Amino acid sequence: MSRPRVAVTGIGIVSPLGFGVAANWAALTAGKSGIRRISRFPVDHLRTTIAGCVDLPEDRPGAPLSSAERVERMAVLAAEEALAAAGLGAPGAFPGPLFLGMPPVETEWPQRLELARAANGGASYREITLAALSRPDIHDRFCFGGIGERLAARFGTRGAPISLTTACATGASAIQLGVEAIQRGEARAALAIGADGSVQPEAVIRFSLLSALSTRNDAPEKAARPFEKSRDGFVMSEGAAALVLEDEGAARARGAEVLGFVLGCGERADSFHRTRSNPDGSAIIGAMRNAIADAGLTPADIDYVNAHGTGTPENDKMEALGMRAVFGERPPPISSNKSMIGHTLSAAGAIEAAFSLLTLRHQLLPPTINHEEPDPTIPLDVVPNVARPARVRHVLSNSFGFGGQNVCLVLGEAA
Amino acid sequence: MSARDAWITGIGLVTSLGEGAEAHWAALSAGTAPRVDEAAFAPFPVHPAPALDLDRQIPKKGDQRQMEPWQRAGTYAAGLALDSAGARGLVSDMHMIVAAGGGERDIALDEAVAAEIARLPPEQAGPVLNERLQTGLRPTLFLAQLSNLLAGNISIVHGVTGSSRTFMGEESAAADAVRIACARLAEGRGEVFLVGGAFLGARWDILLLYGAGGGLLRGPFAPVSARTGMVLGCVNAFLVIEAAEHARARGAAPLARIAAVATDASRRAAPGAIRASLEGLWQGMAAAAPAGPLAVISGASGAAPATAEERGFLSALAPAALRTPASLWGHGMEAAFPANIALGALALSKRALFAPCDPADSGSGAPAAVLVTGVGHWRGEALALLLPAEEER
Repeated sequence: MSRPRVAVTGIGIVSPLGFGVAANWAALTAGKSGIRRISRFPVDHLRTTIAGCVDLPEDRPGAPLSSAERVERMAVLAAEEALAAAGLGAPGAFPGPLFLGMPPVETEWPQRLELARAANGGASYREITLAALSRPDIHDRFCFGGIGERLAARFGTRGAPISLTTACATGASAIQLGVEAIQRGEARAALAIGADGSVQPEAVIRFSLLSALSTRNDAPEKAARPFEKSRDGFVMSEGAAALVLEDEGAARARGAEVLGFVLGCGERADSFHRTRSNPDGSAIIGAMRNAIADAGLTPADIDYVNAHGTGTPENDKMEALGMRAVFGERPPPISSNKSMIGHTLSAAGAIEAAFSLLTLRHQLLPPTINHEEPDPTIPLDVVPNVARPARVRHVLSNSFGFGGQNVCLVLGEAA
Repeated sequence: MSARDAWITGIGLVTSLGEGAEAHWAALSAGTAPRVDEAAFAPFPVHPAPALDLDRQIPKKGDQRQMEPWQRAGTYAAGLALDSAGARGLVSDMHMIVAAGGGERDIALDEAVAAEIARLPPEQAGPVLNERLQTGLRPTLFLAQLSNLLAGNISIVHGVTGSSRTFMGEESAAADAVRIACARLAEGRGEVFLVGGAFLGARWDILLLYGAGGGLLRGPFAPVSARTGMVLGCVNAFLVIEAAEHARARGAAPLARIAAVATDASRRAAPGAIRASLEGLWQGMAAAAPAGPLAVISGASGAAPATAEERGFLSALAPAALRTPASLWGHGMEAAFPANIALGALALSKRALFAPCDPADSGSGAPAAVLVTGVGHWRGEALALLLPAEEER
């Protein structure tokens, strides 16, 4: 069965490097870091006090938006940019489904404390739940379907919006679901978004307690060091990216500019451990091979890899192992956007797919910054510190998640 | 008979009524009364979780310790589905779509910290919050509570590794999980899928979310037809959905065939929108329904106006029989739709219908087809049409 090629006709990006595709690409290829000391909330007693932070106009001093609100706001910004570029459908009437990759959201401390005060200081769950009986806004804000519902209403997407999580692979999964819907003929277009806004005290502490975060607090812009010898963990970050996906024939027929293609998607789950890959690398190798095969390509056709590259000692070692297993003795260059934007978690797969498409458009490999001392156990060309022009036809973008959920995408140039 | 038909070859059920497909069928056929706890979470009645012998499905204590009750119940139900399908040997290439809700919170820690800092000025409250969480949260609790780690644990405990996706979005998440699994099966992207959800309503963090705005029944228990508001249940349901040719080749007996599944999300801006959405979904699949008696397994929860509009749709449809499981085991949120599909598949495979669950339930006798309705308490409408797996076509 021949499946239609899936074109990308719109891209939108929000990250700690800026708002919009142009600002992000300029900063990324200049090797600029978006990591800084957290100022949105007090960092007293935290082991990690740095993150990639997107300041939103709605953030007020002492009262930042909740994660749920940040996800929604950044998803809207990214989607608006992508839709404007695609020029598909009337405003508020997008002719296809919405796939929203996002983190789990929940009632947060500000809301619990507000309800406790409304209950005259009664802090038990019974008391705050009774105090919330007149607060449908809390339900609508923090139920899992709420953000997707509001985005679907705003952009007029078709059918039930699908919200999903596959941990750090979430954004790639959202794209994969959109590609599949188009390939099945369910729709000729889809809006795929990955968004995350988890930089809030409890989430920082929870990741910190897993020993997953860098504690290089005194040099924030140096803290994200994927593939480098002294790397000590990832840096939490936030952002969003949106892609307008379209059946290539439909896009060409309406004269749309094709920005690139999603040629293949591959996935494979790991059964080894909640936070670690199987030491044999089978799941991440399987996901990479599945994506390349799904694109109808061979490993030799991949010119560059957009790494998962979190900067944890474990991930980068496993990714290097996977690279050698899939590509052999001469793997293509690989670089990690996370060295500059940090780990945008549920957004990462989408943001990095967007950067992969820009890599293809500009024929320029973004660097891995903070590469001072190579790790001898990682014999890879990580495009150290400086962006590099290169002939790039196909990019493999890796996303590997906690809970063993691994998704890889193959992106192709517009030609 | 199409080679790519979606057969249900396994069912895993864990509810307040117990565990396992056969035990549920026996209890429901005998007209069992609901198990309700009106005291523990008063004023909200809930259906409590059953006692599980975890070792039977999660043999390693270390795995059990790495999960909170919601992940354990779902992982347990998933294992029951694999056993029911005889599919333990298929897990390495089995695809999984889990409909997940929010993970659990440490209730005692939340209450203690809130009591300490609720009255403090913000510049003092923030640092104290950080200190209490940094020392009070168990390091492993994050993963034990994370939504996508239900799927992660099913991979770890049961070895399901073909792929792993977790959908979020309350009732809709499960309906779209079933829909997309069936679509992928039909186009040959996978031979066997594990699809389902888990929901434990007897938790204060969940009651806070769904109680906010007044969506839950308060006071004495009442069945769906006599209540306005939800009574949350303990419902964990997984289905093994398999391509007909794949099941036949390994000699697996089907329980039923998913002939159609469709979902939509009305904005619900005006009265009648939910009913119109359901009618639109039905129009897309009515032609696939046979002439014989149609039984409806309803996803009505008691939520307003969703339940009333679903009843309006059903009164026009006039099925031969109606069953409302939420009156027996409570609303199952992400697990409601797969659990009701499981009951419909059992009814078709046993050529019988279980006893009424609600005073307004009607009809009896073997159905020729089953229509499962899914009506989100806030958003989302879904229908699934089930037929006997091997009927003449």
